[in-house]
Amino acid sequence: MTEHSTNPEKTGAILSLKGVSKNFGAVSALTDIELDIHPGEIVALVGDNGAGKSTLVKILAGVHQPSSGTILFEGQPVTMSGPADALKLGIATVFQDLALCENLDVVANIFLGQEKNAWHLDEVAMEVRSWELLNELAARIPSVREPVASLSGGQRQTVAIARSLLLEPKIIMLDEPTAALGVAQTAEVLNLVERVRDKGLGVIMISHNMEDVRAVADRIVVLRLGRNNGVFTPDASNQELVGAITGAADNAVSRRASRLSPSAASEGARP
Amino acid sequence: MSTQQNSGNPTMRTPQLDRADARLKHAEGIGGTVSAFIDRVRSGDLGSLPVIVGLVVIWTVFTSLNPIFLSPNNLVNLLFDCSTVGVISLGIVCVLMLGEIDLSVGSMSGVASAFIGVLWVNMGVPLPIAVGGALALGIAIGAAYALLRTHLGMPSFVSTLAGLLALLGLQLYMLGSTGSINLPYGSAIVNFGQLMIMPAWLSHTLALLPGIALLVMGMRTRRKRQAANLSSRSVNGLVLRAAVATVGFEVAAFYLNQGRGVPWMFGLFVLLVVIMNYAFVRTKWGRSMKAVGGNAEAARRSGINVTRIYLSAFMLCSFFASLSGVLSAARLASASQQAGTGDVNLNAIAAAVIGGTSLFGGRGSAWSALLGIIVIQSIANGLTLLNLSSSLRYMITGAVLAIAVIVDSLARQSRVSHGRA
Repeated sequence: MTEHSTNPEKTGAILSLKGVSKNFGAVSALTDIELDIHPGEIVALVGDNGAGKSTLVKILAGVHQPSSGTILFEGQPVTMSGPADALKLGIATVFQDLALCENLDVVANIFLGQEKNAWHLDEVAMEVRSWELLNELAARIPSVREPVASLSGGQRQTVAIARSLLLEPKIIMLDEPTAALGVAQTAEVLNLVERVRDKGLGVIMISHNMEDVRAVADRIVVLRLGRNNGVFTPDASNQELVGAITGAADNAVSRRASRLSPSAASEGARP
Repeated sequence: MSTQQNSGNPTMRTPQLDRADARLKHAEGIGGTVSAFIDRVRSGDLGSLPVIVGLVVIWTVFTSLNPIFLSPNNLVNLLFDCSTVGVISLGIVCVLMLGEIDLSVGSMSGVASAFIGVLWVNMGVPLPIAVGGALALGIAIGAAYALLRTHLGMPSFVSTLAGLLALLGLQLYMLGSTGSINLPYGSAIVNFGQLMIMPAWLSHTLALLPGIALLVMGMRTRRKRQAANLSSRSVNGLVLRAAVATVGFEVAAFYLNQGRGVPWMFGLFVLLVVIMNYAFVRTKWGRSMKAVGGNAEAARRSGINVTRIYLSAFMLCSFFASLSGVLSAARLASASQQAGTGDVNLNAIAAAVIGGTSLFGGRGSAWSALLGIIVIQSIANGLTLLNLSSSLRYMITGAVLAIAVIVDSLARQSRVSHGRA
């Protein structure tokens, strides 16, 4: 793990947003957003309702296009005109509702829309690949030939994450991955997120749960009213975080801290 | 060797990829297979059980009331009748798979038969062109339903109900004042619908195919799965299934050949069922159909073109309905105002549901059309043999449909509570 922080690659972000803004008519949902994602790090995106998290995720997933600003992917400016473009670049999204078909089995769900051999499905190859993906995540799914309806919430989350790994993305975005889960299942999913990071992928995690965020994130990026409102390390105090999220601490000092924090964050990320 | 492998002696080999989890129960041996089957049925995964139980009950009752019911020639007639409505059912399976419905299939088949009568008999257009025209009309109307559904958000229940009336009107308009057009006896199409029977040797040869296919494909899958370190079916089980299938089909062929034999038209129907089964189970299209029926939004987000899936389903459904119209014109040697009216619609839908295709979308198979239509036609045929009035026939068929849907709903609730969706 530590090799990532000393690695020169660390400075080369896979994905960086430079001054990205998004307007819906007169409403500016995002203003001048700056965000860097490095390989092998978990960036938590937090903020109150209406802070622009979902809009940002949708821009990165190719659902919305930014009104201004540039997105650099591996140093190259890119435009994404649809979800397919984002997938092709290597940005995978695990949606909050998981978007699984309950009537289909695990293999069918993992390969949905990406089936091998359209005119004669290669079930054996797909099943083997599914097990590989699930085993990489050290997932505990009893059988991949059971319909997803028979799986628990945590297991479904695992299937959704495994599916996002299928196309070998460079970045995974998880929208509220633990929102609907119990204590044990949340821990399982957090382990899973860490394993994804350990594979060298960049992870963007959106969560309202500060405990989860603090448990896994290397950096915590706070959005407030569509603007960057500070970057924190996981050992930042709850008060600081909540202050940045709610805006109670919105003053010159915190803004200065947030300007300085990206470099501090990458050093303090992994104690 | 197969038992050794399934008992999974841990000191002997590493666990197979899909058998590594100790929590999962695996059916082992014949006892295990039986108890797994009982578990499945209990949890609401009924498969073709209701059909088989239904068939046994229906055939027992009708045979005890009138022994002619089980005579070879009556069964041959039954197969002729199954083929026409069964083809519609096959289309209905496509739309039910998406959780949609097409209520106009009866009228569509009526229009197709009127089309044949007017174009071929009255106007002298060559038969292939008339048939092609009827099928093209069906495809176009299916496309219209799909576009109404996807672009205007019109529920298929309403659009096809409107289509039912409009198409019935078109049928009456085309037939005009005469009301019915006779197709010439002795023509190829009427011979196909009424007379053409497979030679005995051919029907016996074809009856061998399912068993051979089960064995060959089963062994191939088994080899591939073993090579990939996945669990696989035992050879004994495969041979047993193939043997049962072969004996069953050979006996059926032998029995039907005691009468007239196996109709070519039924052969065509079974061929279509096999093709559709392949499409549903083995192609990306079939997988996408089930996905859209299960969760359309999830399917869309995973890159499936949902509009195109709707288009294909409705087009196939109307295509099969008009093909059935052509077949029933051949069967009756006429295109009449009665073609496709009455209980044709509901029989076709009931057959698909009785066969095990869910009205709620996401579950179904092509076989359900074949199995379901045999049940439905057995009832119709048996009631006709008993000389019951059509009033009673409608009431009894209605009751059977109601029972089928109740079984479907209960099974669905049970599946949900047992986590099998």
